[in-house]
Amino acid sequence: MKQLKAAFSALLSSAVLFAARTGSAMTVDSGPAAPAPAAPPPVNWHAISMFVIFVGITLVITYWAAKHTKSATDFYAAGRGVTGLQNGMAIAGDYMSAASFLGIAALVYMNGFYGLIFSVGWLVGWPIILFTVAERLRNLGKYTYADVVSFRLKQGPVRTMAAIGALIVVVWYLIGQLVGAGQLLHTLVPQISYRISITIVGILIMLYVTLGGMKATTWVQIIKAGLLLGGATIMALGVMFHEGFSFAKLFSDAVALHPKHLAIMKSVVPIGAKANPIESISLGLTLMFGTAGLPHILMRFFTVTDSKAARKSVLYGTCFIGYFYILTFIIGFGAIVLVANNPQYVVDVTKNILALKGGLNMPAVYLAHAVGGDFFLGFIAAVAFATILAVVSGLTMAGASALSHDLYAQVFKKGQATEKDEVMVSKISCIGFGILSILLGIAFEKQNVAYIVALTFSIAACTNFPILALSIFWKGLTTRGAVVGGYVGIFGSIILLLIGPTVWTKILKMGPAIFPLDFPTIVILPLVLIVAYVVSVTDSSESAKQERAAFDAQKLRAETGIGAEKAAVH
Amino acid sequence: MSVADNAKIQSNPKFHALVKRRNALGWILSIIECIMYFGFTLMIAFAPDVLTAPIASDSVIPFGMILGVGIIVVSCVLTGIYVYQANNTFDPIVHEIIEEASK
Repeated sequence: MKQLKAAFSALLSSAVLFAARTGSAMTVDSGPAAPAPAAPPPVNWHAISMFVIFVGITLVITYWAAKHTKSATDFYAAGRGVTGLQNGMAIAGDYMSAASFLGIAALVYMNGFYGLIFSVGWLVGWPIILFTVAERLRNLGKYTYADVVSFRLKQGPVRTMAAIGALIVVVWYLIGQLVGAGQLLHTLVPQISYRISITIVGILIMLYVTLGGMKATTWVQIIKAGLLLGGATIMALGVMFHEGFSFAKLFSDAVALHPKHLAIMKSVVPIGAKANPIESISLGLTLMFGTAGLPHILMRFFTVTDSKAARKSVLYGTCFIGYFYILTFIIGFGAIVLVANNPQYVVDVTKNILALKGGLNMPAVYLAHAVGGDFFLGFIAAVAFATILAVVSGLTMAGASALSHDLYAQVFKKGQATEKDEVMVSKISCIGFGILSILLGIAFEKQNVAYIVALTFSIAACTNFPILALSIFWKGLTTRGAVVGGYVGIFGSIILLLIGPTVWTKILKMGPAIFPLDFPTIVILPLVLIVAYVVSVTDSSESAKQERAAFDAQKLRAETGIGAEKAAVH
Repeated sequence: MSVADNAKIQSNPKFHALVKRRNALGWILSIIECIMYFGFTLMIAFAPDVLTAPIASDSVIPFGMILGVGIIVVSCVLTGIYVYQANNTFDPIVHEIIEEASK
C-alpha cells in the first residue's frame, strides 16, 4: 500500500509538474556528470538565436503596448479590446504550460496510455467554465474574479479571502514554473547556469508586465500559443510521416519497442503502481474544477470586448487546447519509437533504453531533434522557453492585480484610491513579483516541489471556483458564508496536503501520512459547499438580508450585460 | 443611447424565460460533460479492464484511448453547441428585452 502511494505520487508529480521532476532528476544527473573531464558541451546556437529572436519580438510588442497603455483598464484588461479569437489563443497560451507539453509527453513516453488521463482531465474544465461562469464573469467583473465574488457582498472580508486564495495559487504556481524554467534553460544551454536562467526570466517578466501590462501579456501569450501549436503540429506530423500516417503502426511499433511492451496499453495508473480508486476520483475533481478556479485564467475574461467575445474565446481556447493535448499524446508515443533506445539521447542503452540524458522531461525535446535535427531542436527549446515566459507573465499579472486592485484599492483604501495610484501599486507589485520570483526560484532550486500542482489546483478547485459559482448562482450566499467557506477551502486544502503522502511522508519524512490522499479535493470541495451553505442560511443579520436582496440586480447584470464594463475607446 | 429600465426588465416575463432557458442549456451541457468525464474517471477507478481492452483482437489500441480522445472531441463540440445557441438564440432575445425596456 505504501509502495503504491509512493509510486503513484512520484509519477503523478513527475507528470503534473515537470519542474519538480526535472529538478530532482537533473540534480541527480548533473551531480556526478559535472566533474567529468569530458569536453564541454557545444553551445546550442540554434536555441540561443531563437530565444533572442523571440525575446526581441516580445520586447518590441512590450514597447508598443506600453505606448498604448494609459488607463487602469488598459493595464489590467488590455483596454477590453481583445477579440474572441485573440483571447482564445491567449487562453491557450496562458494555460498550456511547459508542464503539459513536456510533462504529458514524458508521461506517455514512460507509461503509455496513462498519460491520456491527464490530457483529458486538463481539458474538461473548459466546457464547465463556458457553461457556468465565462459570460457572467465578463458582465459582472472589472479586473479580477474577486470583483465578481464581492459584487453584492462586503468588499473588505470577501476580497481579502479571494485575494489570499488567488495569491497562494499564483505564488506557488510561479515557483513551479520558475524552477522548471531554470532547469530547462540550463539543460538546453548548459553554458547558462540555473541562477542566470531564473534571473533572465524574472527580468523579462518585470519588463513585459510592468511596462506593457495586460496588452503585452496577451500578445506574448498569443505568439507563444502559435509557436507551441505550430511546433507540436510539425513534431506530430514528423512522427506520423515516419509511421506512414498509420496510428495502428505507431501504436504497435511503440508496444514492440517499449521495454514494458503491451503494459503501456494496459495500465490506468503509472506502470507498476496499484490503482487507488478514491485518489483517481479526487484527482479528476481537482483537474476539472481547479482549471475553472485559476485566477490568471479567470482574469482573461475581463480583456474581451463583451460577453459574446468571452464565450467565443472559450470555444477557440478549448479547441486549441484539446488539439494540443491530442498532439502531446502522439508526441509521447512517437518518442517511444524514435527517441528510446537511441544512443544519441539515452544515457546507457545497455542498461535502460528509456532513461534519457538530461532527465525525465526530455522526450519531447529529443523527439524534435529526431524529426527535425539541430535547427528544430533549437526551435522547440525556444518554444518551451516562450511557454514559460507566457505563463509566468499571466501569473504575475493576476498576482499584481490581486494585490493592487483587491487588497490595496478596495480593502486598504476602501475603494477611494485613484486610478493612477492603483496602477502604480500594481506596477510596483509586478516588480516585487519579479524579484520574488528570482529569489524563490533560486531558493527552491534543490527543493522537492512535487506538491505544488496538488496545492495550486486543490485551492483553486476547493475555494476559488465553488465560491465564485455560489456567488453567481445562489441568492442565499452571504458574506459570512463566502468568507468562512473560502477559508475552509484554503486552509483545509493546505492542512490536508501537509499531512498527506507527498509532503508529510516524502518531504518532511514524518512517517506514514495522516491523510491518505495526495489530492484533498474529494473531501474539501463538499465540505466547502456545506460550510458555505450552512453559514449562509443561518445568517439572519440585516446585512445578509440586503445581500440576498441585491441578488436580483446582480442577476440582471450577469444575464444581460447591462452595466457591464465597456471596452475602452482609443 | 437610451438607458434600459431595470424594473421593466425584472417584470418582463421574457427575461425570466431567457434566464431559465439559458441556465437549462448550461446545466444540461455541464451535466453531460461531467457524466462523460466522471464516467471515464470512475472506469479508471473501478473498471480499468474495460478501458484497457483492445478495440479489436488484432489491435493494440485500448478502448479507453478512443474514449479519452472522444471526450476531448465531444468537449469541443459541446462548447460549440453552447456558443451557437447563445449567438443565434439567446443574444437576439437579450437585445429584444433591452430594447423593450429602453422605450
